Amino acid sequence: MAIEATETRPLGKAIKRKEDPRLVRGQGRYLDDIVLPGMLYMALARSPYAHARIKEIRLDQAYQVPGVKAILTGADLEKMNLSWMPTLAGDRQMVLATGKVLFQYQEVAAVVAESRAAAEDAVQLIEIDYEPLAPVVDPYAALKADAPLLREDRDQKDNHIFHWEVGDRKATDDALASSPVVVKEFIRMPRVHPAPVEPCGCIADYQKATGKLTWYVTSQAPHAHRTVLALVSGLPEHMIHVISPDIGGGFGNKVPVYPGYVCSVVMSLQLGRPVKWVETRTENIATTNFARDYHMTAEIGATQEGIVTALKVATIADHGAFDAAADPSKFPAGLFSIVTGSYDFPVAFAEVDGVYTNKAPGGVAYRCSFRVTEASYLIERVMNTLALKLNLDPAEIRRRNFIRPEQFPYQSPLGWTYDSGNYDATLNEALKLVDYEQLRKQQAERRAGGELVGIGISTFTEIVGAGPSNTFDILGIKMFDSCEIRIHPTGKAIARLGTRHQGQGHETTFAQVIADELGMTAADVLIEEGDTDTAPYGLGTYASRSTPTAGGAAALAARRIRQKAIQIAAHLLEVSPDDVEWNGEKFAAKGLESRAVGMSEVALAAYTNLPEGMEPGLEATYYYDPPNLTFPNGAYVAMVAIDRGTGEVKVERFVAVDDCGTVINPMVVDGQVHGGLTEGFGIAFMQEIAYDEDGNNLAPNFMEYLVPTAVEAPHWETGRTVTPSPHHPIGAKGVGESPNVGSPAAFVNAVVDALSPYGVTNVEIPLFPWKVWNVLKELGLTQ
Amino acid sequence: MFPSAFEYYAPKTLDEVYGLLAQYGDEAKILAGGQSLLPMMKLRLAAPSVLIDIGSLGHLSSATETAEGLSMGALMRHKTIETSHWPHYPLLRETAPWIADPLVRNRGTIGGSLAHADPAADWGAALLALGASVQIESRDRIRHMALEEFFVDLYTTALEPQEVLTRIVIPVPATAATFARYLKLERKVGDFAVVGVAITVSLAIDGTVAQAGIGMAAMSGVPFAAHQTESLLVGRQLTPALIKEVSESASQEGDPESDRRGSAEYKRSMARVFVERGLSQILQQWESTQSA
Ligand SMILES: Cc1cc2nc3c(=O)[nH]c(=O)nc-3n(C[C@H](O)[C@H](O)[C@H](O)COP(=O)(O)OP(=O)(O)OC[C@H]3O[C@@H](n4cnc5c(N)ncnc54)[C@H](O)[C@@H]3O)c2cc1C
Repeated sequence: MAIEATETRPLGKAIKRKEDPRLVRGQGRYLDDIVLPGMLYMALARSPYAHARIKEIRLDQAYQVPGVKAILTGADLEKMNLSWMPTLAGDRQMVLATGKVLFQYQEVAAVVAESRAAAEDAVQLIEIDYEPLAPVVDPYAALKADAPLLREDRDQKDNHIFHWEVGDRKATDDALASSPVVVKEFIRMPRVHPAPVEPCGCIADYQKATGKLTWYVTSQAPHAHRTVLALVSGLPEHMIHVISPDIGGGFGNKVPVYPGYVCSVVMSLQLGRPVKWVETRTENIATTNFARDYHMTAEIGATQEGIVTALKVATIADHGAFDAAADPSKFPAGLFSIVTGSYDFPVAFAEVDGVYTNKAPGGVAYRCSFRVTEASYLIERVMNTLALKLNLDPAEIRRRNFIRPEQFPYQSPLGWTYDSGNYDATLNEALKLVDYEQLRKQQAERRAGGELVGIGISTFTEIVGAGPSNTFDILGIKMFDSCEIRIHPTGKAIARLGTRHQGQGHETTFAQVIADELGMTAADVLIEEGDTDTAPYGLGTYASRSTPTAGGAAALAARRIRQKAIQIAAHLLEVSPDDVEWNGEKFAAKGLESRAVGMSEVALAAYTNLPEGMEPGLEATYYYDPPNLTFPNGAYVAMVAIDRGTGEVKVERFVAVDDCGTVINPMVVDGQVHGGLTEGFGIAFMQEIAYDEDGNNLAPNFMEYLVPTAVEAPHWETGRTVTPSPHHPIGAKGVGESPNVGSPAAFVNAVVDALSPYGVTNVEIPLFPWKVWNVLKELGLTQ
Repeated sequence: MFPSAFEYYAPKTLDEVYGLLAQYGDEAKILAGGQSLLPMMKLRLAAPSVLIDIGSLGHLSSATETAEGLSMGALMRHKTIETSHWPHYPLLRETAPWIADPLVRNRGTIGGSLAHADPAADWGAALLALGASVQIESRDRIRHMALEEFFVDLYTTALEPQEVLTRIVIPVPATAATFARYLKLERKVGDFAVVGVAITVSLAIDGTVAQAGIGMAAMSGVPFAAHQTESLLVGRQLTPALIKEVSESASQEGDPESDRRGSAEYKRSMARVFVERGLSQILQQWESTQSA
């Protein structure tokens, strides 16, 4: 049951989300709700071709449209040295195309007009002559020696972007060679899109009089975007004010900087008026950051008893036209090296090769902390293959190989130090909730009756909370995060953080963390994020990092406040500070429990009645550099039945037990899990950004790119184990992404389980009914 | 997602509609529920410079049932049909909930759906199964034609530029024991059919099939009726063996395309599965009315 925010000791309680009344009543203030005086509108002309040389651009017709103020092309930007911009992955990306276009829908020109309609009309009248070139759509074809060269701007004259490897290749090869059992599987995670319901957009508002640029933008990382904008535009950073208003979903899509952002800033600087740019659905899906497109091969070595001996992984990563991934600088393949998962591999080796193709640039971490979904999907799928090979129950193969509780902190062979976990307990909880034994019995009976029924398990380990400054930076900026708390004289507080929520519930959960530390209620703490002029610097919200980083900062800033408060409390209680005790809600005089003061008395005194010589006020700021990442984990069990007639897969049960350490608000955690599972369901069964051989995007809208609704989504059953993070100030680990990371493998393992009696070990997602039917047909199983 | 500029008229009478059609010719488009036309305009796949909104023609928003049949105004919304109760025509209520989602059903009209002539539309399949005909009016004449002739090709109907589709007429079924099913494979709610199959069967007292209609969505370039299969049913007792036979036959009718929703082979197979499932459910339903 949900409770109100007026409870004291709110940590761990299912407090109703403070942001919901506003958001569910349609009273949020999203980017496109903002209308400024004198505002102009921008629309972009985009390439119909995936690969073509631009011969000529003629603008005269477009300029005839009434209301058109200016049109920008790549040639104009070139003069300002702005036709290319850096990506967060250290590559560069065209802002407006010059010379060639490299993917369908690429940005070619920007029109600014008095109305959006006029801007769109003018876009249609821009005449662009193209000379089509041979497109390269398949990443393997892109790597062939005779493949057309896509990126003529680079010194390197092929389509290979990077090679990255980690682990011990030789030891891994040796271990595989001497392992009695080896399984190998090719696993593809197709290109998908985060598809937030609100597309990306911005308003650039440059005031010539003050020289200040206010930039409203759908940003998951407003502070980082301010710095990037300062570097790209040359504007002094203190003259840039970034405001990230309510955000209608991000999922990684709103981390990068996009060409439309740069163009609207340039236009506002030139015209001295606010310029709004908001994507259409097609622009969002077809041009802004996609995810996945990982083509992975994994080999696992094992003993006859199913004890794993080695893991070897080779991956081709399709990045499209530009490597526009938003990974930490030292990690071109993100945290893919979490690929050993929850299992105690003695040795492992993983390599990733990045490739350019004529497709939209990316790929971003879609609700996962940098390629963790890919890694988790791979290991959970191939462990399943190993179980099949050895004829072991998929729960049993996992139990035999789990990292044991006493091994934590655990050094993984690919370089991570896992903080904590109790994988057996989490799996057992899931098996208990789903009544695994009973489920297997039912399966056997239904199979005997001719039904195709399968049970799939996924026991994943996440890696979140990037991250410690010794390892993690983006463009050199360390990935700490921050919180500033001010307690007002009447005992109410405002707290600002360097993160920016987009549905995660920070307005509630961070208020709970702070209130719990200070003996207040969540209602008394206002959380504000997203305004760079008021909030302390931080790297933003993605990669499940907010609670591990800014959440830590919130607790520690509150403790700083308590340190000062204890001095004031001593003054009020007329005892020495050493004789004051914090009892969780109040400051009490030792031995005199009845003599106690709470934060409201202390706050008032901080402004009215201070001890001699003390600085007035009650505020604190904390920049928290986490000592390590956190490693949430979970055990998911899915049960499916396949319709032999249509190939449709029905998910009959889905149990998700998550361990995200200390739970701040169980209802918010459940909400995050439900959302992420629904996305994972979409990824497993209905989503792919496919391209035809000419590089045309085949799913550029919601009629073709299918997003599951409550109608399709299975009924989710959730549970929890709690293994706190030993190094986080309140033991919390972050949970937003676990369900997206862990669930696709559970669904697919269940489908494979249904078909495994017929020799199937792998099926390719997305599992559209026709695809499943094709498999059934080949096996002679159709109705 | 922003249409080109257009002028908008909301005439109150058919005469005014004819006047506007005469005045603007090809430039003009009739607007009914807007659920097909407006998305196309927003994607700029259609750019009419004049919209003639016929939503105010109240007499086209209701139905009249007589001994001969049911006459439905072209402006009846999907939602109205979903919530109406015409016991002789169960297929209407079976079909309506499968169209799109409640938002679209609240606005989309049955006439607009037919005039748009999407081969995957659900009304096309259902109304063909029901043997419906359409009434078409212009300043000069009123004509009637079988729905089958009305559908000419992909997104193409027999409507002339100056004409308005005004009514849809469904003949009364042969017996009162009429059963129906609409089976649709969709990738998610609100999706057009991968394959849709509309079945209506009227049984004589002895259980033989007096009349049968089978319409199919997304199985051809136009919505179409599986006449061969229908004729296999008529005059025979509905049995599992017969159902098997006709479902095989149904999968051979039509000419589906291979696309991202599945291969032609898959779609044929879905037609077979759906005819079999639909008829089996009808048989069961009939048997349960007999034993009751
Ligand atoms: C998201 C979405 C999902 C959908 N899913 C489905 C689905 O699953 N199944 C399905 O069958 N349909 C589906 N549709 C289409 C929907 O049923 C439309 O309502 C229908 O196709 C068109 O009806 P309308 O009244 O909206 O026509 P409009 O869009 O107003 O008009 C369509 C065309 O018909 C012409 N027209 C309309 N009325 C007349 C008339 N009386 N005389 C002459 N010409 C006329 C118009 O000029 C136009 O060319 C979907 C639509 C959307 C937006």
